[in-house]
Amino acid sequence: MTERGMTDVLAVQTRRKGRLRISKQLRTPLAITGGAIVVFWLVIALLAPSISPYDPLAQDFERLQAPGAEHWFGTDQVGRDVLSRVVSGAQVSIPLALMLVVFAMLIGSVLGAIAGYFGKAIDEMIMRIADLVFAFPTIILAMVIAAALGPSLTNAVIAMLIVSWPAYARVTRSLVLGARNAEYVIAGRLLGNGPFTSLGKDILPNVISPVVVLATLDVGTAILLLSGLSFLGLGAVPPTPDWGSMVADGVQQFSSWWIAAFPGLAILTVVLAFNFLGDALRDALDPRSQEAVQGRAL
Amino acid sequence: MTLLKLDDLEVSYKLPGRGSLKAVDSVSFDLEPRQVLGLVGESGCGKSTLARAVCGLEPASSGSISFNGRPVGKLGLRKRDPALMRIQMVFQNPFASLNPRRTIGSQIEDGLRVNPDRDAWSVPDLLEHVELDPASRSRFPHQFSGGQRQRVAIARAIAAGPELLIGDEPIASLDASLQARIAILMRNLAVETGAALLFISHDLSVVRVIADDVAVMSAGRIVERGPVDRVWSAPEHPYTQRLLAAIPVVDGLGVLPG
Amino acid sequence: MSDNTVGTTNRLEATDPGGAPRGGVVISGLTLSFGRGEARKEILRGIDLDVPAGKITGLAGESGSGKTMTGLAVCGLLPAGADLGGSIRFEDTELIGLKQRSMNRFRGAKIAMIFQDPSASLHPMLTIEAQLVDHYRHHTGASKRAGRERALEMLGLVAVPHPEAALRKYPHQFSGGQLQRIAIASALMCEPSVLIADEPTTALDVTVQAGILRLLRKLCDELGIAIILVTHDLGVMSALADTIAVMRMGEIVEHGDRYEVITAPRHPYTKALIDALPESGARSSDGTES
Repeated sequence: MTERGMTDVLAVQTRRKGRLRISKQLRTPLAITGGAIVVFWLVIALLAPSISPYDPLAQDFERLQAPGAEHWFGTDQVGRDVLSRVVSGAQVSIPLALMLVVFAMLIGSVLGAIAGYFGKAIDEMIMRIADLVFAFPTIILAMVIAAALGPSLTNAVIAMLIVSWPAYARVTRSLVLGARNAEYVIAGRLLGNGPFTSLGKDILPNVISPVVVLATLDVGTAILLLSGLSFLGLGAVPPTPDWGSMVADGVQQFSSWWIAAFPGLAILTVVLAFNFLGDALRDALDPRSQEAVQGRAL
Repeated sequence: MTLLKLDDLEVSYKLPGRGSLKAVDSVSFDLEPRQVLGLVGESGCGKSTLARAVCGLEPASSGSISFNGRPVGKLGLRKRDPALMRIQMVFQNPFASLNPRRTIGSQIEDGLRVNPDRDAWSVPDLLEHVELDPASRSRFPHQFSGGQRQRVAIARAIAAGPELLIGDEPIASLDASLQARIAILMRNLAVETGAALLFISHDLSVVRVIADDVAVMSAGRIVERGPVDRVWSAPEHPYTQRLLAAIPVVDGLGVLPG
Repeated sequence: MSDNTVGTTNRLEATDPGGAPRGGVVISGLTLSFGRGEARKEILRGIDLDVPAGKITGLAGESGSGKTMTGLAVCGLLPAGADLGGSIRFEDTELIGLKQRSMNRFRGAKIAMIFQDPSASLHPMLTIEAQLVDHYRHHTGASKRAGRERALEMLGLVAVPHPEAALRKYPHQFSGGQLQRIAIASALMCEPSVLIADEPTTALDVTVQAGILRLLRKLCDELGIAIILVTHDLGVMSALADTIAVMRMGEIVEHGDRYEVITAPRHPYTKALIDALPESGARSSDGTES
């Protein structure tokens, strides 16, 4: 009783500063770097038409020029300006990846929550489908689906949606399983909450933060996968300035390193940035980091 | 008319592997409207299971529970029968019984929403009755201490206009100096609103103060029931006698109990 | 324990000024705070407490009063960032300011602690034997066989039924009361002079509690161990403690003989604590008082 009381006292103190502490945890160098890079790319994506020096699709220039004053990132094998294509590529890759992750999270967490809450047959059905998807390596399954649907960015996104929702479903299901018998959930049921009210009002708001963290970490992966599909010719159709297909083009022009290197660098920075952000968010929202503070008091 | 009637109730759990455990074993009792019944027993005696069964949270494996003449079945995935919402419970752990993401005001409103007499209470009114600042309705649970949270939980239960209020070890997690006060508060609010109170506790000294009747439970059975003063002064069952003898007396004499 | 006789003879030599009698602990001017500047939180504000060998010293008070922290300070188990001042003398050693490594010699050996939740102090994946014996051998360097014998002896002392079989079991195979007995046996392995019992019976049923209280009394009387009993339960206090110190907001507001503190409390706070007991707060005081 004493211990609980003591924990209580300290818990109240630390949690009162909860908001402050979270922002503190988001103020680590890595988190700031990640945030800055993400903001940078978002700005680029937004302003792409006005800041790209040339038309990204125009084949107006001498082919395979090395980076120089005229073309900072050089030109590609059909005479397009690489810088303009990288800048425009931000408009393709980033929104697609974000959309993909948001939808995968929505579909996955809703299905996972339903499976976890209702259990039994519904749980079996949803989770067996998820297992089915899990049984294959993500990228290979995505390739198969994308190939079957035919190469286009939309189809690549659909393929990736199909392979990425189960991860969210699993995480959400286990979180819901852990929370559905919490006393406040039961108290709500005793006051007449039906299952969906219970899920929406009591359960999901309390368990969803790890899922959001997972999603942030997944943005990077999504960009990589999308690029990968495009690289393999299953995503963006030429001449769309997609980073993945640009890398694919560049790899064939081995001596002209700049064609692949700059879009590759763009992918690298965005993936890293979202990973940094996700890590920081995970640390900030991790209930254990709060418990650690309380635990020390004992 | 009897408010709550348990008839030969049996609740058993399946054990991992084989067999099952009878947590509640042929329990029968009646609870009249406005009666305050203390249910005491040691951990694992089945008293919490009994409370959960009365709320429909555990299925009866045999026997029956009826509330106002209406059978209490297991609360499955459906919405709770409005007639059964006249049974409300205050849980043991005040740190788990409030939704951390919602203000206490909105959680108490959940209770008011199901009260058939809609104008019986307002949130500030209820907060005042549980001795909290009415202005604190917009605060979140983590801004309150354990005792204060338990008061909020009591307010939420009372808001629903219960005819039967159940306290499942509602004071076990609280500071010693608060236990008696919270228990007395629960009794007073129940009596004031015309609800019966089933107060479950392992603490006999508190039950003695607030209850009219006491039932002693051991190994799933009720071994003795009677007016609290009679059970206290002349326990009939050997288990009750042992239980009472084990309570250390605060007399400063250094006598080891038991 | 065999140490007991030695303890008695040494007591005279050890009571030089400032030194504690052998086996006891003398706390003086103990302060404890966390954090710096504005965030600084004072937990203890100058505790003076004599904990003589062969006596049970009770620390009573509500949660947050600092009684658990006092116990942890004596045991050297305070969380990181604790700012400790004043003095805790154990025999001839000043414990405050002691290096972690030197403190390890005392903690768990000469000064042991048991907690409210015995399962928290026992490793769930190790047998009772592994935990009791390893701990003993770590501190004494005894052989495995000697360690096992000692463990059997201690389990017998705390009246765990079938000690041989108990050694092979895991913590989850015992009830709460038995587990607390095992935790006590584990604490006794290295012949401690001081035992800090933090709410040792709070999680237990009253009938089980009665047995543990008897056991603690026996250890104190027969082994001459100094026991610091931390509890909010005045019933337990009244049954077990020889002297009672009442704590409030990091201070001891009253310390005296058990009977006097309970029957004739001098400090208003002690009086309020006793009045809050359900026995004294009769039903007539409903509503108005609360």
